[in-house]
Amino acid sequence: MNTTWRFMLALVIAVSISACKTTEPTPEPTEAPDTKPVTEVTTAAAPDPRDYTDARNFDNSESLLSKRIIYFDFDKSEVKSEYRAIVAAHAVYVSASRSARVTLEGHADERGTREYNLGLGERRGNAVSGLLSAAGAMGSQLDTVSYGEERPVCRVSDEGCWSQNRRVEIVYTAR
Amino acid sequence: MQKIIYAVIFLCLSQLAHAKLEIEIIQGNASALPIAIIPMQWRATEPAPETGVAEVVSSDLYRSGLFDPLDEQDMVDRPIDAESIRYGTWRLLKVDYLVIGQVRDAAGGAGYDIVYQLFDVHTQEALLSQVTTVGFGDLRFGAHRVADAIYEKLTGVPGAFSTRIAYISATGLGVKQNYQLFVADADGFNPQAVVGSPEPLLSPSWSPDGQSLAYVSFEKGNSAIYVQNVATGQRDLISSGKGINGAPAFSPDGRYLAMTLSGSGNPEIFIRNLATGQKTQLTQHWSIDTEAAWSPDSQWVYFTSDRGGKPQIYRIAVTGGNPSRVTLEGEYNARASISPDGTRIAMAHGRGNEYRIAVLDTGTGRMRILTPGVLDESPSFAPNGSMILYATREGSKGVLSAVSVDGNVRQRLILAEGDVREPAWSPVIR
Repeated sequence: MNTTWRFMLALVIAVSISACKTTEPTPEPTEAPDTKPVTEVTTAAAPDPRDYTDARNFDNSESLLSKRIIYFDFDKSEVKSEYRAIVAAHAVYVSASRSARVTLEGHADERGTREYNLGLGERRGNAVSGLLSAAGAMGSQLDTVSYGEERPVCRVSDEGCWSQNRRVEIVYTAR
Repeated sequence: MQKIIYAVIFLCLSQLAHAKLEIEIIQGNASALPIAIIPMQWRATEPAPETGVAEVVSSDLYRSGLFDPLDEQDMVDRPIDAESIRYGTWRLLKVDYLVIGQVRDAAGGAGYDIVYQLFDVHTQEALLSQVTTVGFGDLRFGAHRVADAIYEKLTGVPGAFSTRIAYISATGLGVKQNYQLFVADADGFNPQAVVGSPEPLLSPSWSPDGQSLAYVSFEKGNSAIYVQNVATGQRDLISSGKGINGAPAFSPDGRYLAMTLSGSGNPEIFIRNLATGQKTQLTQHWSIDTEAAWSPDSQWVYFTSDRGGKPQIYRIAVTGGNPSRVTLEGEYNARASISPDGTRIAMAHGRGNEYRIAVLDTGTGRMRILTPGVLDESPSFAPNGSMILYATREGSKGVLSAVSVDGNVRQRLILAEGDVREPAWSPVIR
């Protein structure tokens, strides 16, 4: 008897706990309808990574629009062929979105003198700017600022680091 | 915006205590002149300072590399006047020159008189017998003046110890990065922040009267050139056009400010008439033309250009015309600094990944590498032409060094924290 009572009691407690448990996640059903449309949106939104007019691609790692740094060779300002597609993607966006404003921030590695490197950073920024213009961006949408070697992303004196610092950052001040 | 900038400036002033430069000789000179600077008698009413005048004079002369001052503890005798000098003792100590003196109240109580004499131990002659008068706060400056006079008497070249240096320091990383433009005495003492900013500061350049500095600041998001009075802090915005506003350089006659502007699409050298504000374009080429440096007579402008493919030094008459190439050796020569007599051009000389300071003798055309590298830049001649101050690296830390023009003496100036770079040696301040 004692044991059955105890069993019953345990059962009641267990049931009530589980009842509590089920009452606790009551927001779950309300969440569920919420999550459904969200998943619908993401599936509907999963933007075509090659649609460079779609601003959501800025955060889509599949899309070239999410890549906004162009790297250069030492003392050079030619945009290398492997980066041309990235620049072309941004050119499509900027041409399509006339409210978009882009600053091309040119940088150099630490080798060489600081003021010459300001010139070099600007030349790199202008190279990217020139490609964007040629592909349809308006001059009024583009701005170039050179920081020379003053804003490195990496501070070790070797090629691995220098190659990361020789760059143009495509910075959208308006999309 | 203005308020933010001032807040930044005051923040920097509060960090002064950490900013002292320390100087040590890393390469000396075997033929340095042995000299003894006897501690000076303190006869002034005010209490004596912790660091005596003789100590400052000794360390100035030592740092030049041309003198070997006797340690104070080895001074067996401390004469106070010419009559009490026992020359035999000093000859035994192998001392060639002796300096004695005293500090007393200046007439009218306006400061101190440093009264001193320099003797030749061998001829027993007084070579100098002078009084230097300074204000109460300027005793170190007075000591530097004494060192200048001794240096000039014994080497034939005016001293540069009473001058100042400007430099940029950078502390912190990323968003906490802070840049400061400092001015300090030539021995690293008395550093004062002239301006500070979270955005890059670069290229300080002294006005020929030593009162103002031109520099580049990114505080508005792009480069802009300012000229600021060091004593009053008052500053003027000189140029903030589209593109680069960089590399300001005052002409030695004080009439012009050369600068690099790229508003036309690529960097060109411009000259601004400081009296009229009128701006004239000096170079015209699609290449990078920058880093103007003036000849001592203000008739020529040296500059860096990659018009030949690689950066090299060129020069152009201030009236315009065709530039001519100055450096013919080496793959990378940039950022010229012209010696005060115009006979030497110091520059950053690059070969592969190594950058050293080289000096070109304009008479012989001979180029000589003075520093070990590997990332040496920003050479700046002392106003007496004896030394070249430059920026180098120790590990990943930027430090300043100075090298004698013959390459025989090298010294290192270390700031307690942060990267130090872009030194500019002031003209002689009268």
